[in-house]
Amino acid sequence: MKTFVYIDHFKGEVQPASWEALGLAKSLGAASAVVFGSGLDAIAKAAFEYGADEVFVADDSALTDYRAEPYASTLSALLSSQSPDLILLPTTTRTRELAAMTAVDLNTGVLTDISGLEANGDQLVATRPIYEGKVLEKTVCTGKPVIVTIRGRAFPKPEADASKSGTATKVEVKAEALTNVEGYSASESAVNLGDAGVIVSGGRGVSNNPSLQAPAGMDEKQAELWRAQQGFALVTELAQVLGGAVGASRAAVDAGYIPYSHQVGQTGKVVTPDLYIACGISGAIQHLVGMRNAKVIVAINKDSDAPIFKQARYGVVGDLFQIVPALTEAFRKKLGK
Amino acid sequence: MKIIACIKQVPDSEAKVKAENGQVTWGDAPLVINPFDEYAVEGALQQREANSGSTVTALCIGPESAREALKHALAMGADDAILVSDPALNELDTVGAARVLAAAIQKVGSVDIVVFGRQTLDNGAGITPAQTARILGWPMLGLAGQVKVQDGSVTVDRVIEEGRQTVSAKLPVVLSVVQSIGEPRYPSFMGIRKASKANIPVWSLSDLDVGAPKSIVKRTELMNPPVQDTTIEVITGESPAEIADKLVDKILAEKVL
Repeated sequence: MKTFVYIDHFKGEVQPASWEALGLAKSLGAASAVVFGSGLDAIAKAAFEYGADEVFVADDSALTDYRAEPYASTLSALLSSQSPDLILLPTTTRTRELAAMTAVDLNTGVLTDISGLEANGDQLVATRPIYEGKVLEKTVCTGKPVIVTIRGRAFPKPEADASKSGTATKVEVKAEALTNVEGYSASESAVNLGDAGVIVSGGRGVSNNPSLQAPAGMDEKQAELWRAQQGFALVTELAQVLGGAVGASRAAVDAGYIPYSHQVGQTGKVVTPDLYIACGISGAIQHLVGMRNAKVIVAINKDSDAPIFKQARYGVVGDLFQIVPALTEAFRKKLGK
Repeated sequence: MKIIACIKQVPDSEAKVKAENGQVTWGDAPLVINPFDEYAVEGALQQREANSGSTVTALCIGPESAREALKHALAMGADDAILVSDPALNELDTVGAARVLAAAIQKVGSVDIVVFGRQTLDNGAGITPAQTARILGWPMLGLAGQVKVQDGSVTVDRVIEEGRQTVSAKLPVVLSVVQSIGEPRYPSFMGIRKASKANIPVWSLSDLDVGAPKSIVKRTELMNPPVQDTTIEVITGESPAEIADKLVDKILAEKVL
C-alpha cells in the first residue's frame, strides 16, 4: 500500500491529527508526507521525525496562505504523477475543501471524518459517523486514490524520533488562485475541540446563578447574557487548570452565551476527550451523541433526572456555581498548579 | 443579482435515528429542511436585501416529498424554487450531487451567488459546496460568518479553527455559510400562504442534460454506535469543597489527566 499523508498547518502550526494520520499510514506500509505553504523546513523535518519515508514539499510564496484552488490543483497534479493508493488528511476546515476539490479533479471519492480504517483484501473500509453520530456507516471508495480525512484523536499519535531526517522532494506548484486572503484575526473563541484531551462544557444552566445580581440598567436578556458570562468564566477557569478546551451545549450557543465554534454535538462536532465535564447541561440527544465517547464523563447538574446522568461515570447533583469553583480549587491544589 | 440557495431535506435533529435491518430509520419523526440550510436561505435573503433587484431561488435534489423543504424556503421569503428529482438519483454520493447541482445552476443561468449550509445532518461530509464550486470553476468561499458584496466582488469572514480569515473573490462565487450569519427568519404568515400556492417545477436528469452519476463512494454496512457501559457513581458530601475533593481523587485515579 502506497499512502500519502497531507500535513495540515496554519501559519506553521501543524494540526496534531496530521501526525496521527502519518502514524496510521505507517501501519499500512510506506508513507509519504505532503506539505504545502512557504518556509516549510521545520515542518518537513518534523514529518521525517514522525516517521515519513519521504516528504514532498510545495514551498512557494503563492501558497503562503491556504487557498482552496491552488492547493487542490497542486495536490491533484502530485497525486496524478505519483499514483498512491490512498491519501490521508486530518479533518479540518481546510482539508474538507481540499479533499473535496481534489476528488473532483481525479474523479474519485472522499471518506470524511473517519474513526476506523481496515483493509479487506485490497479494499479499504472506513468507519464514519452519519446523522450527527447517531449511526455509524462502513463505506468504501471505488476511485483511486482513496481520499480519507481522519477524525482527531481516533488514531494514536506516533512518537517523534529527533534523530531522523531526510531531504524533501520539491513539488511543482500550480499557483492559479481565484480568491485573495485579505486578513486574519485570531479570535478569542478560536477553539479546536476535536484535538482536546479535556473539555469542560457549559449549558443553559450557567446563566441561572440565583445569587448573582446583574448590574442596574440591564433589560432581562442583557442580564441573562451577563449572568451567562459569569457562569462561563467559572467553566473556563476549570478548563484552564486542566489544560483543556471550553465546550458548550447547543442550548447555550442558541441563547447567545458563547460562539457556536464551542458547540458540542451537532454534525461534525463529535468529541472524544479523555475527560469531559458537563456543567449545567441537561443532555439533549444531540449533545449526548456528541460526547458519549469521551473516556470519563462527569456531570454536574442540579436536576437529578437530567438525561446527562445516564451517560456519566461520575455525577454531582448540586449547584454548579458552588461545585465548579470548588473543583477548580481542588485540582489546582492536587495538580500543584 | 441572481442568488441560489441549495437545500436538502433531512430527518429532524431531535429524531431517534438508528440502524435497523441495514436501513437508517427515524420512526415517525418529520422530515425538515436541513437546519444548516436554513442559514443558507437566510444568508441568501440578506444578500437580496442588501443588493436591490436581486432574486433568491431555492434549489433541492430529492424525492417529491422534498417539496416541503422548498416550501419552507419559500415561506422564509425565497422568490421561487426548483426541485431536481429523478429515480436515477436514489444512490447519489457527494460528488454526484455536486455534478447534478452544478448542471441545475448552469441551466438557471447567469447566477451570481450560490449559497450552501456548512453541511447536512444526514451524511455530514460538508464537501458538496466545494465540489460544486470546483465543477463550475468558480471560487469557493467556505464557512462564511459574514458576507459583503461590492462592485462585483464578494468579501467574507471565514470562521476557521484558528479564528477569522477575511477572503475575497470576484463574482460568480459559491459560498457556504455558518451560524454567525444570523438566526434564520421565521416563515411569515404571508410567506406560508404564498408557499402553499407556489408552483414548484420539477427537473429530471434529462431536463438537465446529464447522465445518472455513478456513485464512487458506497456504503457497505450500517451500525448503531456501541452502547457504553455507564454505571454512574454519584458523589455526595457535606460541602462543595468535600464533594470536589472526592471527585478530584476519583478523576485522578482514572489516570486521564
